[in-house]
Amino acid sequence: MSFVIATTIDEALAALAAGARPVAGGSDLVVGARHGKAPLPGDLVAIDRIEELRCIEITDAGACIGAGVNHHTIEHHPVLSTVYTAISDGSALVGSPSTRNVGTLGGNVMNASPAMDTGSPLVVLGAEVELRSASGSRRVGLAELWTGPGRTSARPDELCVAIHVPAPAARSNSAYLRLEYRRSMEIAVVGAAASVTLADDGSVSSLRVALTAVAPTIIEVAGIAGGSVADVAAAAQAAAADQARPISDVRASDAYRRHTVGVMARRAVEAAARRALGEPVSVPVNRALGIGAAS
Amino acid sequence: MISYTLTVNGVDYPVAADQGRNLLSVLRTEVGLTGTKEGCDDCECGACMVLLDGQPVNSCSYLAVQAQGRAVTTVEGLQQGDEMHPLQRNILEEGGVQCGFCTPGMLVSACALLERNPSPSEEEVRIGLSGNLCRCTGYAKIVKAVQRTAAEPRT
Repeated sequence: MSFVIATTIDEALAALAAGARPVAGGSDLVVGARHGKAPLPGDLVAIDRIEELRCIEITDAGACIGAGVNHHTIEHHPVLSTVYTAISDGSALVGSPSTRNVGTLGGNVMNASPAMDTGSPLVVLGAEVELRSASGSRRVGLAELWTGPGRTSARPDELCVAIHVPAPAARSNSAYLRLEYRRSMEIAVVGAAASVTLADDGSVSSLRVALTAVAPTIIEVAGIAGGSVADVAAAAQAAAADQARPISDVRASDAYRRHTVGVMARRAVEAAARRALGEPVSVPVNRALGIGAAS
Repeated sequence: MISYTLTVNGVDYPVAADQGRNLLSVLRTEVGLTGTKEGCDDCECGACMVLLDGQPVNSCSYLAVQAQGRAVTTVEGLQQGDEMHPLQRNILEEGGVQCGFCTPGMLVSACALLERNPSPSEEEVRIGLSGNLCRCTGYAKIVKAVQRTAAEPRT
């Protein structure tokens, strides 16, 4: 049994190399241990006091979001919430104000839940995860990172230190929304994110759509061609419902998930296109459009 | 079992506990402050809310050992000398307390909200308290108590 509070990434990597597991806010690890999902690891290294993990760097190339940045910060960040908007849409829906204070982007990504609210947004924005160990660092795309529910391709000695998101093209924007039964302390029943780039005539020249909670991992929808916003939104709805592989559980049946994820995909494309045109659709889209549960 | 110090409401408490213990159970059984409640024990209900360096946190799902070196504030830390905190007075006067089980967590979340946003709208109060469940009041009187506190001149 050991507990180390790391203040630098190198200290944390040394602890991981010796077999410890990382804990940031504990909102997945501690709750999961109590549920019997996995016992609390005997050796822990706290990574929530590492200043380097809490940086957000915005350059012409894109955004580098430290793995320890919490959801509250992402929700309110002036650049993330207007340019990398779908990520802020997702962070703003996580848990409650207290969950958003302790829950981190790195924790959300590495917990690898197919229902994670920041997952689809990061996929449609083409994000990569930076994994570091005592022996070096590498960047991994999300499709390669997530191998199943709660499973990643990261080695035990690797720490997610940052999420890199390339700068969106001109005349583009993004949105994430989810079906929810209540407005707080909720997990996505289904969700969808869209990133849309508009041509000069206002039609959609390119887009990416990803789906939440309808497969063992977040999945990207394949094969949607450009066209008018209305046509593309309808195509996204059909393709999302077609490509979803949902399960039935206490929260929804597979048929209901398949139908509603299509609706979410259409609305995500529409909201992203409105933002790309410069219309203010505030974060999170769920509240801006009155989608989901009433207050 | 490991030994460390927790700073709760400005007082240092030496603690010896298993490292897997959550902050809630250490506050209640080692430190001896029972104002913080265990409700769902699942990060859903907010009865266990405390402030960590001024930010609301569900103490049921936070390792106590991780709180060392940080300022923990519980509902017991809200009163000012012998006087109740204005939020405590107003939640009583508005009838925002029925069974009372959610009240400590509500007060802690409301306190953090008013620190961050001294004059919140009703919607902002509801979002600020959205991690706190109450099964008695229907929330209206609690929201009113927070808004009344915000409207009072600060002493």
